[in-house]
Amino acid sequence: MKWFDYAAPRSLAEALDLLARNPRARPFAGGTDLLVQMRAGQLDPDLLVDLKHIPELNELDCDGSGTLRLGAAVPCCRIYEDERVRRYWPALAEVAEMIGGIPIQSRASLGGNLCNAAPSADSVPVLIALRAVCRIAGPSGERRIAVEEFCTGPGQTVLGPGELLVGFEIPPPEPASGACYLRFTPRAEMDIAVAGAAAAVRLSNGVIAWARVALAAVAPTPLLVREAGDWLADKAPTEENIREAAELARKAAKPITDMRGTAEQRRHLVGVLTRRALQQAIARAREAQP
Amino acid sequence: MSGGTYRVIGTRPIRHDGADKVTGRALFGADVRLPGMVYGYVLRSPYAHARIRRIDTSRAEKHPGVLAVVTAADLPTGPDRLIDLVEGTLPVSYARANVLARDKVLYKGHAVAAVAAVSRHVAEEAARLIEVEYEPLPPVLDVLEAMREDAPRVLEDLCMREFGELTDKAGNIGEHFRHVLGDVEKGFAEADVIVEREFRTVMVHQGYLEPQSATALWNQDGRVYIWTTTQGAFSAREATAWILDLPVSQVRVTPMEVGGAFGGKIRVYLEPLAALLSRKCGRPVQITMPRRDVFEATGPTPGTYIRVKMGARADGRITAAQVWMAYETGAFPSGQCGFGAICILAPYDIPNVLIDGYDVVVNKPSTAPYRAPGATQAAFAAESVVDELAERLGMDPIEFRLKNAAREGSRRADGLKYQRIGCVEVLEAMRNHPHYRAPLEGPNRGRGVAMGYWFNIGWYSSCTISVNPDGTVNLVEGSVDLSGTRTTIAMQAAEVLGLRPEQVHPVVADTDSIGPTAVTGGSRTTYATGWAAWEAANDVIRQMKQRAALLWEVDPEAVCFEHGVFRSGDRSMTFAELAERLEETGGPVIGRGTVNPSSAGGSFAGAIVDVEVDPETGKVTVLRFTSVQDAGTAINPTAVEGQMQGGSAQGIGWALNEEYYWSPEGAMLNSTLLDYREPTALDVPPIETVIVEVPEPEHPFGVRGVGEANIVPPPAAIANAIYRAIGVRLRQLPMKPSAVLEAIWSKES
Amino acid sequence: MTREKVRVQAIVNEQPVEFLCEPRQSLLECLRDILGLTGAKEGCNDGNCGACAVIMDGRLVNSCLVLGVEAHGRRITTIEGLARGAELHPIQRAFLEQGAVQCGFCTPGLILATKVLLDRHPDPSEPQIRRWLANHLCRCTGYDKIVRAVRKAAAELREVRA
Repeated sequence: MKWFDYAAPRSLAEALDLLARNPRARPFAGGTDLLVQMRAGQLDPDLLVDLKHIPELNELDCDGSGTLRLGAAVPCCRIYEDERVRRYWPALAEVAEMIGGIPIQSRASLGGNLCNAAPSADSVPVLIALRAVCRIAGPSGERRIAVEEFCTGPGQTVLGPGELLVGFEIPPPEPASGACYLRFTPRAEMDIAVAGAAAAVRLSNGVIAWARVALAAVAPTPLLVREAGDWLADKAPTEENIREAAELARKAAKPITDMRGTAEQRRHLVGVLTRRALQQAIARAREAQP
Repeated sequence: MSGGTYRVIGTRPIRHDGADKVTGRALFGADVRLPGMVYGYVLRSPYAHARIRRIDTSRAEKHPGVLAVVTAADLPTGPDRLIDLVEGTLPVSYARANVLARDKVLYKGHAVAAVAAVSRHVAEEAARLIEVEYEPLPPVLDVLEAMREDAPRVLEDLCMREFGELTDKAGNIGEHFRHVLGDVEKGFAEADVIVEREFRTVMVHQGYLEPQSATALWNQDGRVYIWTTTQGAFSAREATAWILDLPVSQVRVTPMEVGGAFGGKIRVYLEPLAALLSRKCGRPVQITMPRRDVFEATGPTPGTYIRVKMGARADGRITAAQVWMAYETGAFPSGQCGFGAICILAPYDIPNVLIDGYDVVVNKPSTAPYRAPGATQAAFAAESVVDELAERLGMDPIEFRLKNAAREGSRRADGLKYQRIGCVEVLEAMRNHPHYRAPLEGPNRGRGVAMGYWFNIGWYSSCTISVNPDGTVNLVEGSVDLSGTRTTIAMQAAEVLGLRPEQVHPVVADTDSIGPTAVTGGSRTTYATGWAAWEAANDVIRQMKQRAALLWEVDPEAVCFEHGVFRSGDRSMTFAELAERLEETGGPVIGRGTVNPSSAGGSFAGAIVDVEVDPETGKVTVLRFTSVQDAGTAINPTAVEGQMQGGSAQGIGWALNEEYYWSPEGAMLNSTLLDYREPTALDVPPIETVIVEVPEPEHPFGVRGVGEANIVPPPAAIANAIYRAIGVRLRQLPMKPSAVLEAIWSKES
Repeated sequence: MTREKVRVQAIVNEQPVEFLCEPRQSLLECLRDILGLTGAKEGCNDGNCGACAVIMDGRLVNSCLVLGVEAHGRRITTIEGLARGAELHPIQRAFLEQGAVQCGFCTPGLILATKVLLDRHPDPSEPQIRRWLANHLCRCTGYDKIVRAVRKAAAELREVRA
């Protein structure tokens, strides 16, 4: 690898200052994507800024309104070991257990997963389905955007020069709601998703009050399929309606053929996985305590 | 198991190197640390096929921290000659060219230059400063395309060997051979049912976890000292010496522990490079391959195109088989198609056979053996056709195979007449196994079977045993221990000497310290080196009988040895008691043994596999797997089971997920362990094993090598299981989810 | 860029260590090349094989994806730290007795992974074991005897703790 310097700031202000003064600096948390890309010669920063000692980026807490405040650098293992996450946002705990394997989960973070901006990022469709919001800090202060707006292309995000993803805010689960993320990989684990689908629904008076469907690995970015969610609103949670929503998701997908899968296979899988994810989300919504 | 007659053979001792392996103390190639050692990095071609116009290393040489740079200009030239390497005979110019490309690069990843520097990072930085001017050429990437008259030539001087003779037919075909038994036209005419199918397999890698690593010191005494991860210290010594144009005795190879090999660590890649760098800078140089280089620049196994036609009578007897097989051997010729031809019909006694086989060069890494080299691809084809034939005849797949099974006296396609073999016994064990009769319920589930064979090799081994005063012995042998053979060899000596396995201290020696010993491969090690140990142990006993005779003042003929005790008349002494008295009776006792068996008994293997297919995703899950194999005599059943389970898991990966995924320009796109998908613990079920024992007639304990045949059946067995699960036959490897989906969709449309 | 090495102080196998390293040297490189602890292995250098796994502050990590400088102030356990004097740890013994070691290259990472597993889940099921070990490739054994070894070690450790 090329030489780089290392800094471990203790505060958000210090980190932002380092990024402002070093245009060729890159922040990192788990490093499980970054180091691999640096070794492959795809990235060559002059300075790595370690985010793991900054309190805001490492918080995992519920505030007074029941919103989950998840720091960008929190490793997956802390996410899925947390009782509150397992109870109130089980789909988030599940996806944190899907990324890599145990040693990867000790380090990899959802913030890193999002900022890496791979089309196949598993956690992003879940965050989208759960209506997560990103907190970004930078030279001009703080801003918030919805997760679905964050990625702009493969490896590209809305972060401007000197900006840093601080964390996520995930709203408290509504009564009778449920979410699920399913992905297809050739091996049981350890693979990048060939395709993935996240679904979140809320049931009310026997119908779907709202639904959100988001996809992984079938577009240049993780994809919120608004038309699928919109179509399900106020409809009964029947097999037929689920299939129709899955068909809308399938049509929205824009997959390519690469070493992980063919376009036909991916398009087909979107239909299958969306259908199955919706079925499970609905089942969870039914089980959830009001 | 080998009931009753043996005390040590058939037991399961803890292996002698066990403590080192579980404490991290065992030293593998990259663990070598020598004073003053520096590190190498290899620059490799980005093109699959190109001429090298110019190499300028000057900027690299000036980079701070760099001690030496080498290119092909540093390799000897001299008149070309044929050298005899383990993989076959080839011109030394080919061997040199694979180590460092001279005028042409022949595959992406082909080594072009190497740098030695104070750290791997600095060496890598410097390598990027080497300027290479390439003139890209059209690459040849498909085996059938490569065989065409108008295909670009990979090797400008390659002419085809046909039927054993060198012809002047220039092109990409290295060899065309043919095997004929009887008359296939007549045979097919007699058949009531004929099945003819085409099959394709893709290049795969042995996938060992430890990348190649070699350390070399070109010492001021003129000798080259090498520490390396290799399957053969002696073969590495020879290859390195010939490539560097040195007398073989001027090279010493110390084999380190090996982190998996499966045939891929016989050829030398880094040893000559490290030696050349060391010569230039006067320091030991260590080069370790990054994972990407392991995939792109070592020796994967050929992709193939195989056409099989088989005919059978209504009563189930196969009357004829015809095979047309072409193997892509990578940038240089290899003999793997020939091995495939030996094995493809090996489980069957067929009177009329015609096999045409072609070894074809392409612009891909030069292929090397992978566990029963060439046989797995062949069995995928033949065992699928056998399955289809059995179905058409309405016969059970195992009964059909039993009806046609090869036995002692049957002829193999290449003409060899079988001695005692265990094909029938393996089939019967499969048929009688509870797995075969267990109900398999549920949709999209199916069960498949297949057979496999590896002929195993004999070859030369050396062993010495010296007796310690406390009645233990030191055993020195030259077989690199890949998975526990130092223990299975020690056990055979212990059996003869009446000792416990832990009373034998085995050492795997370097090439200065033991007699020549052929490579650890071909399933020969427990067989041949164990035989050498048996000889050495018997030599020890003979000498010690003489010592006992001296002490008892009797004729040596009057001394017998049984169960660890020397006796004559009513006098007796244990081995340990006599060992204490060696000094006074003439001095140390050292026994020696060398063997060179010309052949070894082959091993048959079978697999029964249950799968479940998700027809919506194409995912194939292996639910249950049983591996059956003839071990002759299982010296250490734990070790035999381990071989069967390991080979089966590799076969499962080969069947379902592993492949070299090529760009149109001939670059492997998935050269990481993320996208080259080897099975994890979640991808294989528990693997049940059944050891069949049909002793090999020549070996003192009846051993048959077991390392290889077990990888051969799984892909075909899984293909046959998938057919029974969802009614589609897949004829390409890997049977990955997208391929399964496409097959399902084709069937539906 | 400063091109300066960084001083790292850590506890490795319960002993304080101090070393200088370049930021680009991974923890794996520091363990192997600076501290002489070659038990952790480089199999892929990108987190996909588990051969480099060590325990850092109680968590199993792929040391190839941890920078050496990040070890500062941390507690690290490598395979060399498991045995007590001349006594093998029960997990090490179970691996040997069950034949779970063939070439031995994946063994250090696997044994450490097993230690973390059994510290957290003293009675794991077979699917749980396989899932936990999914990041650790083994090309030699087919995993069967490894799973048996983990169960055997689990049983023995439960007995010891009881």
